[in-house]
Amino acid sequence: MAVASITVSETPLVLYTLRRADDALILGHRLSEWCGHAPILEEDMALANMALDLLGQARELYSYAAEVEGKGNDEDKLAYLRDVRQYRNLLLLEQPNGDFARTMVRQLFYSAFADLYWRAMMKSSDATLAAIAAKSEKESDYHLRHSSEWIVRLGDGTEESHARAQTAVDDLWAFTGEMFEVDAGERALFNAGIAVDPAGLRSQWLDTVSGVVGEATLVLPSNDWMQQGGRDGRHSEHLGHLLSELQSMQRTFPGVAW
Amino acid sequence: MVSTVFSDAGLRQHAWDTAATVVDPEIPVLTIADLGVLRDVAINDGQVEVEITPTYSGCPAMNMITLEIEMALEREGFRNTKVRTVLSPAWTTDWMSEDGRRKLREYGIAPPQAAGSRRALFGVQQVACPQCGSGDTEVLSEFGSTSCKALWRCKSCREPFDYFKCH
Repeated sequence: MAVASITVSETPLVLYTLRRADDALILGHRLSEWCGHAPILEEDMALANMALDLLGQARELYSYAAEVEGKGNDEDKLAYLRDVRQYRNLLLLEQPNGDFARTMVRQLFYSAFADLYWRAMMKSSDATLAAIAAKSEKESDYHLRHSSEWIVRLGDGTEESHARAQTAVDDLWAFTGEMFEVDAGERALFNAGIAVDPAGLRSQWLDTVSGVVGEATLVLPSNDWMQQGGRDGRHSEHLGHLLSELQSMQRTFPGVAW
Repeated sequence: MVSTVFSDAGLRQHAWDTAATVVDPEIPVLTIADLGVLRDVAINDGQVEVEITPTYSGCPAMNMITLEIEMALEREGFRNTKVRTVLSPAWTTDWMSEDGRRKLREYGIAPPQAAGSRRALFGVQQVACPQCGSGDTEVLSEFGSTSCKALWRCKSCREPFDYFKCH
């Protein structure tokens, strides 16, 4: 029978780490959905490679969250045995893959942020987070280069690819504001030098993204209304479906191992 | 007089030499010592503790490398060995030994360029073909058969080749 969800004592540092772990896991899972379906073989490998990097980041972050919590949870329990409302990832990352352009726009928006974010986190006073950041930063840099090149190719490509890329930019734009949102618990971590304030990264992020989008002959929407809720567990309907696939084995056969 | 074999320093050296024979399952010409994945070997109360570091966050070879180290040490008579993964400082391709770079090239994989400087967003790289040495090469795919490799092609000898990503 299905196994019940765990409870997590979300102290500020546990919650902070879980949010980043969930980001990496959910985006990694979305990218892995392309495996065997990508438009060309090289992209199949690229998307699976990036998914693997993100899964690796997620594992390190979950392990650390479990260690900080100290309640007997571990990376597997945190990934497999929390329900949709307990997930803390950005709404952007749970959005369905759509076509290849949509996946690449999502990747550009996130990796342009992750690259800056992890680079800043390398100076964290928390030694484990700083170490995870040092690995993740190089990986995000590589992911950003990959998605940037694709956005230019798609935007400045055919009429069809341009239209699809522009639609993806328009549709996903409202999910980008959440990357720069913080709450009171996180603010305390900034003051302690453990975390960085993402609001300070926004103008640099916008420079990178608008540079790529401009090169691609696409335009960023002028509408600045932003959707949020993922950080607090209020998700779009897509996450539940994603989790039912991601968690089905562990929920059906608790503790099953390879 | 204590023979060197049974002193901690002797044991440590023996354990290091043993662990250092383990090869990367994806690139069997490179040992984990060549790669810089083998970080430290310590003897605590007669127990061997090995520290390794991942090349990429999601590198699936880490579990296998851990198992191979444990088995190699066991074959040499070490019991209750412990293999720990450490993250800091983060691994870089700069840690790869000169010997490792030469072995990679001979195996047909272009070694990473020295000093992992950050590249521009649309930067151009120069990678020499490991087959003919020509610099007239082009990237086919930024992502290759494993996390640590990209796929390139030589325009001179027309052979495709793997490039160990600079990281």
